[in-house]
Amino acid sequence: MSDNVAVEEQAPAPATVAIMDQRPGPEIAGESPLHHADLDSLAKQGKRQGGVHLRENKLLGHLTLRCNQSNSEQLAAVVRVLDVALPLQPLTSVEKGDVSIRWMSPDEWLIIVPGEKAFEVESRFRDEMEGHYSLVNSSGGSTVLELSGNNVVDMLKKSTPIDLHPKEFPVGKVVSTVFAKSTAIIRRTGDKRFELVIRRSFADYVWLWIQDASREYGLVVDA
Amino acid sequence: MFHIYCPHCGEYREEEEFHPAGQAHIARPLDPEACSDKEWGEYLFFRKNPRGLHHELWVHAAGCRKFFNMTRDTQTYEIKEVYKIGEQPSVVAE
Repeated sequence: MSDNVAVEEQAPAPATVAIMDQRPGPEIAGESPLHHADLDSLAKQGKRQGGVHLRENKLLGHLTLRCNQSNSEQLAAVVRVLDVALPLQPLTSVEKGDVSIRWMSPDEWLIIVPGEKAFEVESRFRDEMEGHYSLVNSSGGSTVLELSGNNVVDMLKKSTPIDLHPKEFPVGKVVSTVFAKSTAIIRRTGDKRFELVIRRSFADYVWLWIQDASREYGLVVDA
Repeated sequence: MFHIYCPHCGEYREEEEFHPAGQAHIARPLDPEACSDKEWGEYLFFRKNPRGLHHELWVHAAGCRKFFNMTRDTQTYEIKEVYKIGEQPSVVAE
């Protein structure tokens, strides 16, 4: 009855990682996972009154950082790169300027920066961070939806088993959970405002689900 | 439905977010080559199926994606405790 958990501390490997700017040149327009839904047109034509507001924050830079939270040198390097410290408390997030960091697991954080800054931030991490860590640019794999409105909590209650009462789910809390059977990272950014990070492959499904779940309250698409 | 406490997230979540991963505390033989067929076969295939307390491995699949152990009563479905990998259970069958 003994688990083999003794992991030997590995010697830090030199950071010879090939990184590339994933953004195409200006001649190629980037397309979000919800490009086909044409949310911009819906925002112009659709109704302006309703209980749930939806906006896609598209083409942001998503960086998944995995490192050891007891390594103070790595934590200091993160502050040098992002000018904000990793949230070490479970289920918390921090936001400063256009950078936001979400606690994902005891050794994993999701950093979201503007799309045009992702490559620069990634390059700076490679310069600053030392030791055993992993940084993956997963920008193409997910997109961010911003949900707000008077009935946003009612709509979310149909979709996720998470307790959304302000006592249990205060502003700034972030959970990785199931959203209508697919996975989503849900963060409360205001009293009646939430942010969903959803998978690219589920974006259309989630978009259809949100339309259906908000039908009784009225869905307003914001540009 | 289970209401499961994730020791890494530090809160209760619905069973929907978790996956069971079988019996806990199965240590891989350190030298597989030295195992007899019987020892290796028992390591690979043979699992307990108790009526009563059972130590299980679970993963918080939709959440933090970390594994942890759970002691559960297979008869009453009561979850006795959860504890992290590497820790020993405090509730054990007599």
